[in-house]
Amino acid sequence: MTWHGKILNVDLTSGTVKTEALNREWANEYLGGRGLATRYLMDMMDPKADAMSPENVLIFATGPMTGTASSTSGRYCVVTKGPLTNAVACSNSGGKFGAELKYAGYDLLICTGKSEKPVYLLIEDDNAQLLPADEYWGTTVWHTEETLKEVHKDPQMKVASIGVAGEQGVKYACVVNDLHRAAGRSGVGAVMGSKMLKAVAVRGTLGVPCHDPKRVMDVTKETHKLLADSSGRRSLTESGTNSMIDSMHTFGGLPTNNFQQVTFEGSKNINPEAMKTPNANGHTNLITNKACFGCTIACGRVAHIDKKHWSIRDREQYHHASGGLEYETAFAFGPVVGIDDIDALTFAGYLMNEHGMDPISFGVTLAAAMELYELGILTLEHTDGVPLNFGNAEALTIMSEKTGLQQGFGKELGLGAKRLCEKYGRPELAMVVKGQEFAGYDSRALQGMGLGYATSNRGACHLKHDVFAEDMEDQTGNGKAKPCKDSQDQIAMIDSTGLCLFTTAAWDTDAFQRQIAAACGDEWTSEKLLESGERTWNLERLFNLQAGLTAADDTLPPRLLETPAPAGVAKGNVSALKTMLPEYYDLRGWTTDGKPSSDTLNRLSLNAHAVH
Amino acid sequence: MKQLILDADKCTSCLQCEIACSLEHEGLFSPAYSRIKVFEFEHGKRNIPYTCTQCEEAWCMHACPTNAIAINMELGTKYVIEDKCVGCKVCTLACPYGTINYNAKSGKVTKCNLCDGDPKCAEACPTDAIIYAEPAGASA
Repeated sequence: MTWHGKILNVDLTSGTVKTEALNREWANEYLGGRGLATRYLMDMMDPKADAMSPENVLIFATGPMTGTASSTSGRYCVVTKGPLTNAVACSNSGGKFGAELKYAGYDLLICTGKSEKPVYLLIEDDNAQLLPADEYWGTTVWHTEETLKEVHKDPQMKVASIGVAGEQGVKYACVVNDLHRAAGRSGVGAVMGSKMLKAVAVRGTLGVPCHDPKRVMDVTKETHKLLADSSGRRSLTESGTNSMIDSMHTFGGLPTNNFQQVTFEGSKNINPEAMKTPNANGHTNLITNKACFGCTIACGRVAHIDKKHWSIRDREQYHHASGGLEYETAFAFGPVVGIDDIDALTFAGYLMNEHGMDPISFGVTLAAAMELYELGILTLEHTDGVPLNFGNAEALTIMSEKTGLQQGFGKELGLGAKRLCEKYGRPELAMVVKGQEFAGYDSRALQGMGLGYATSNRGACHLKHDVFAEDMEDQTGNGKAKPCKDSQDQIAMIDSTGLCLFTTAAWDTDAFQRQIAAACGDEWTSEKLLESGERTWNLERLFNLQAGLTAADDTLPPRLLETPAPAGVAKGNVSALKTMLPEYYDLRGWTTDGKPSSDTLNRLSLNAHAVH
Repeated sequence: MKQLILDADKCTSCLQCEIACSLEHEGLFSPAYSRIKVFEFEHGKRNIPYTCTQCEEAWCMHACPTNAIAINMELGTKYVIEDKCVGCKVCTLACPYGTINYNAKSGKVTKCNLCDGDPKCAEACPTDAIIYAEPAGASA
């Protein structure tokens, strides 16, 4: 058994910190991580509560495999109600914080209430306490993390914190750990800020016990090799996730200029090859690749910005190395805003990490602002005198910083695309589902992706389903509902283990099962694992229904439903969501208005959460 | 004689070495007790794995007042004889590299013993940043 069986409960209102026993029955139904945290969330709050109110509950969740020798065992989830979507939020992060929290002896860290003054949580194994964070409030993620390590004289300490964006309620503020890994989406950092919790600093020396170490290591050797030998793994190691950008450009699925186009000629200037090629000054963007805890893939990039580039020429504090471009950051600072200046993109990435914001939501919100600007709806008067034309790299870096520090027009960008576009009377220009911005895949070229976006419980998201292979094969909506549903369930399970989704480059459900059975016990069959994933998916859905969302929220913007793709393999197509969605509801065992039927609730033992 | 050869340029800081080391020596996954450590510099620009070099001088051994550190002539390792260690920590002061450490749990010191000739860190390393081999140029 690799659960510690222990939860850390932090009541920020009273300032008390207590441990309690893990509900083993729930662990048996939901495994850990995403699923288990959602079960606690459902129990501990009214889904209708305001996401920014003290009634919201913020959960940091490790999985049973977090901290073990399994490859990619560094994952943790932040689960809460998201202010961007007013739906369940579950943001997954890597780095080393999650494993450290597990090593300190906790399966979950649950934060409730709201502190009167800024605080941070210090965890050293069994000793956990809230300490004043006045001197950190108003400072960046990087300053907070580095200073906490200095103050506590522990360079091995792991920190998850928020920047000013999280403190001031930017709708897509994230929780950043290990300087450049983030629980990125849906505004989980804003919830942390609303509770006046600046940081969680943790040092764990209790380890993760393991009832059959030899078996775990034997299985691990085999699954490490499966990963090592796979071509998908090799591509992730060598090029990171950004290898996607060329194929999406060629395919015609690369959202450009706020989804007005689907190809971007400039992608060659920001692709993995460009990251590795010296520029005219002899500067090469990419330095090396880097792993999260336990990861034998190492898709992370470490890069640096050309010191002669206009963005940082006079700002020495940014002359160091840090997290480099991945596909979604390249998309969100590149094609969707029409920019191909690799140094500007890299700098915007630094600023997102330093200030604690989701690059996808920021980039797509900026893209909406740029379209509003080009339509003449926004003017220089609104934008602090910065021309927001597509392709303006300076606008990208200036607005990244203004949003991170909540200055000037950055306050409006901090609302997210939906609220910004509503404010200026053009809601249809927001490229969002349930208020959350799209990732870098166009739903007209990738039909299954569109169905996944529309039905994702946390709003538009590319990481909660995987219909990629089917989408590349076939550009219709036929046969997409089944793989969408099945992969959603499988991924909900993976997110509940503490392992990384990217291992699916080599691992099927049985490969996960062998590892989980070795570490957690043989009762965890593949069927039980997938059922737990399906249960998690349905529980998230029930949370959303109780929060007031309906089937009408399972939709895409008119640009994708009505405007034909202007180029690419799917030229002339619109999203086939209208035909895919009823098929999907049926496969899920949901009613035509998108509610789990009583049979489905019975089958998954979810009756207690029924919505009428 | 085989040695651990550490190549920082290949290290991704995944810590598989620390995980494997702690399991081998402590019976649980707990990098805090690993005998090999990876240090990160400048946001992960450099990741440097580091452990006991089994140095010939073996100051830890000379400093030990209870003769609790011995040499394995076959492997060239200096290892801790747990029954003899009284936890005085003099060796941790003597070691110029900081690679012999006090373990508060056991009240004794711990250091790398190359897993008696089958180092688990090298086995676990996915990038060959840690290998166990004859050093280049060594005569047989």
